[in-house]
Amino acid sequence: MKAMYVLALASLLYLPAKAQTFMTRNGKINFYSKTSLEDIKAENRQVVAAIDLSKKTVALTLLQKNFLFEKQLMQDHYNENYVESDKFPKAQFTGTINGNVGTTPGTYKVQITGNLTLHGVTKPVTAPAELEVAEGKVTGKADFKVKPSDFDIKIPSLVKDKIASEITVQVVATCTALSK
Amino acid sequence: MMAQDSSLMKMMDDAVAESQKGQVVTGTFKATQIVNLPTVESPGKKSLQFMIMHRFGKLNGGAYELFGLDNASIRFALDYGITDRFSVGLGRSSVDKTFDGSLKYKLLQQKEAGMPISVSLYGLITNYTQRYTDKPYLDARYRTAYTTQVLIAKKFSPAFSFEVVPSWIHYNLVPTPEDKSDLFAVSAGGRLKFTKRMSVNAEYNYLLRNQVVSTKVYDAISGGIDIETGGHVFQLVFTNAAGMVGPYYLAKTNGSWGKGDIYFGFNITRNFNFKK
Repeated sequence: MKAMYVLALASLLYLPAKAQTFMTRNGKINFYSKTSLEDIKAENRQVVAAIDLSKKTVALTLLQKNFLFEKQLMQDHYNENYVESDKFPKAQFTGTINGNVGTTPGTYKVQITGNLTLHGVTKPVTAPAELEVAEGKVTGKADFKVKPSDFDIKIPSLVKDKIASEITVQVVATCTALSK
Repeated sequence: MMAQDSSLMKMMDDAVAESQKGQVVTGTFKATQIVNLPTVESPGKKSLQFMIMHRFGKLNGGAYELFGLDNASIRFALDYGITDRFSVGLGRSSVDKTFDGSLKYKLLQQKEAGMPISVSLYGLITNYTQRYTDKPYLDARYRTAYTTQVLIAKKFSPAFSFEVVPSWIHYNLVPTPEDKSDLFAVSAGGRLKFTKRMSVNAEYNYLLRNQVVSTKVYDAISGGIDIETGGHVFQLVFTNAAGMVGPYYLAKTNGSWGKGDIYFGFNITRNFNFKK
């Protein structure tokens, strides 16, 4: 009797049998600023991302200093002058998945709605996304645009023509199942 | 929302905290020199820095010399980053018509956790080409001096950085037998940012006593303001040193702040990138 009790408890602890939570530490976020004077791009390959298919939620966290630019000086300016990484080291997004996502392998087009926190400012963001569900992993892809001015990022008039007023952000994160 | 799933949030935060630990601390200084003293910074890989260092005459020249503005000395320099940690430089000063070549290597880089300081090694060779008709024996070897500096810096906060530098200067020829040909100096300097793009800087270069005896020399004390705009850094400076490279500002500074031998000047740096 006692053994059965323990067994029942153990099985409860190991629920759900099929993993619904997926995570990665190596998600990728690129952003692009295109103007006639200068193209700027940066890449962060150390994005922590999580997708919960049962709750239909997603979360992303990254460190600003992990964005790599082609030019060292741009990277310094990004961290020191624009996003002020010493004061606001992280950028975060939490949101919900709207649309149909199955647990069977396949590609699902969805809409993601949530809040992006960047430079100490939180703003709602909505973006179309693609979720590729495969055995033991889910790949999330999304593109959206961000206005630096919405996040209180001031761009001095001297370089205004070199930095786009809308920055294109691309997210690709392949999250693997968490064995709980 | 995801926030309800606190264990997952904690996992994510831990993952971020873990990667933060290994991060290199950047932007200890804005420029590659505080005023004259080199900083631990160097141009990034494949980037070329062009620098103009300019010093007017002494302020105590009075109205006759327009408080020094009638006279000027200048140094042009090019520094190129071969890697993100190793750069080479070439320069030419009008003081003594001196050419210089330098190497800078970032030996240690301060990290968020584990490595508390940055250390760069700086080597500089100078050769002056000023003609002295009364000294025909001055050949290229006699005109050459070597400066080796260990640049030790720490960024204490986003606004405050401090650097300590032991220096060793070797002259192939000194004016009298009493003067030492190997000289040692210890410098300290720092910067304090007061806006995102501006900082006040100061440096003190202490030349150990009884090394230069044939002439009266003073410690080079300099201060200034850094203004950073995009790819440029402007430094407005006040200093008692006319020279802008190691053997000159460290061991040949004959101006005294007390007597008003103060040079106003500026350093301008501009970066060019060769990465597509």
